[in-house]
Amino acid sequence: MSDQEEDIILSELNDEELVQQMHDDLYDGLAEEIEEGVNILLERGWQPYNVLTDALVGGMTIVGVDFRDGILFVPEVLLAANAMKTGMAILKPLLAETGAPRMGKMVIGTVKGDIHDIGKNLVSMMMEGAGFEVVDIGINNAVEAYLEALEKEEPDILGMSALLTTTMPYMKVVIDTLVEKGIRDDYTVLVGGAPLNEEFGKAIGADGYCRDAAVAVETAKDFMSRKHNQIAAG
Amino acid sequence: MTLNDEVLTHNGLEVQHGAGSVLILACGALANEILALIRVNGWDHMSLTCLPAILHNAPEKIPNAVREAVEKHRADFDQIFLAYADCGTGGQLETLCAEMGIEMIRGPHCYSFFEGNDTFTTRTDGEIDVFYLTDFLARGFENFVIKPLGLDRHPQLRDMYFGHYTKVMYLAQTNNPELDKLAEAAAERLGLAYERRFTGYGDLEAALRGQH
Repeated sequence: MSDQEEDIILSELNDEELVQQMHDDLYDGLAEEIEEGVNILLERGWQPYNVLTDALVGGMTIVGVDFRDGILFVPEVLLAANAMKTGMAILKPLLAETGAPRMGKMVIGTVKGDIHDIGKNLVSMMMEGAGFEVVDIGINNAVEAYLEALEKEEPDILGMSALLTTTMPYMKVVIDTLVEKGIRDDYTVLVGGAPLNEEFGKAIGADGYCRDAAVAVETAKDFMSRKHNQIAAG
Repeated sequence: MTLNDEVLTHNGLEVQHGAGSVLILACGALANEILALIRVNGWDHMSLTCLPAILHNAPEKIPNAVREAVEKHRADFDQIFLAYADCGTGGQLETLCAEMGIEMIRGPHCYSFFEGNDTFTTRTDGEIDVFYLTDFLARGFENFVIKPLGLDRHPQLRDMYFGHYTKVMYLAQTNNPELDKLAEAAAERLGLAYERRFTGYGDLEAALRGQH
């Protein structure tokens, strides 16, 4: 496939072919090609939101499915994510200008004692791709850092991530603190990370456990739609 | 005799003696250390079998692999001891051991019980940005870390994996200058500072000693 790709001139493809080629390029983690493809679609008058959803999110969704099915592995997903990030960097300021649909807002961070952020970063990127505003507070966050971000940003969703068996119990510390302060129900709390599972999520009082970035997006959308329905009904 | 790390990583180890009073069911990463302890202490009542060490890179697969191995060997031994710590299973191994009526090693990881869980816990509160190596990991760094993370093919991903780490800490089970060199080279490859701490076998010996 790579020999064939060397001969492909992106600007000579029609829109449909170009989007298909961008899916392939994302899959192969080709950041420069993604950057070029995004610019071509914008020059052709595509709305930034459509470039994001059709070309980038569409491509990353295929990557996510193949990762889940054991066809792709972490290194390939990271390369794809890097390529998507390159495209997002072009689109983000344009999305703000053009008033793309906004699904909701999320504060996300890795818990205290944990410096691992690959999963969290993938979730952030896919959430942004799905139209969420994401405030990423980084790694090693004590409960105070979460509280400060929640107060300042007023998000709909709090996301917490942990890679270590030793750090994942800290999620309960954060949730318990939210309960103590009487603000637990102000947020949808989603948790994720390699050693977690559904049972753990329930046991600590989270609203949802997300085993990967795609599930995080779907779960977040689901909770936002329930919230809107409640507001409409109320 | 040192067992082949490549085999221990991907295949594990068949039961050393067909039957006996105690079977140690271990992670392949512990095979050499457990065999050394069995030899030195004359624990002739123990047999060893290992699951592939690479399961550590997909911890969600460990509990099922353990369950299958226990069921396979249970009839041949009076007792089975699981030489795994939690190893990223989020408490699932502990639950499984309780269900199957077997014991396991206390602690979150092998580098914790090698150092001694109590010491490790106290010390690591200030060491969240340290990447640990053991003898096995120093020897098998290429096969166990570099290749599975794709760093041999995509070295540009290094900082995505290790950008928040500051140091490689080699927790040495043995005094072996060759392993020191390998561990130091691993640190250099990751662009991190290097430190070596001798641990010996730590809590592993005490955990095995209790198995009769």
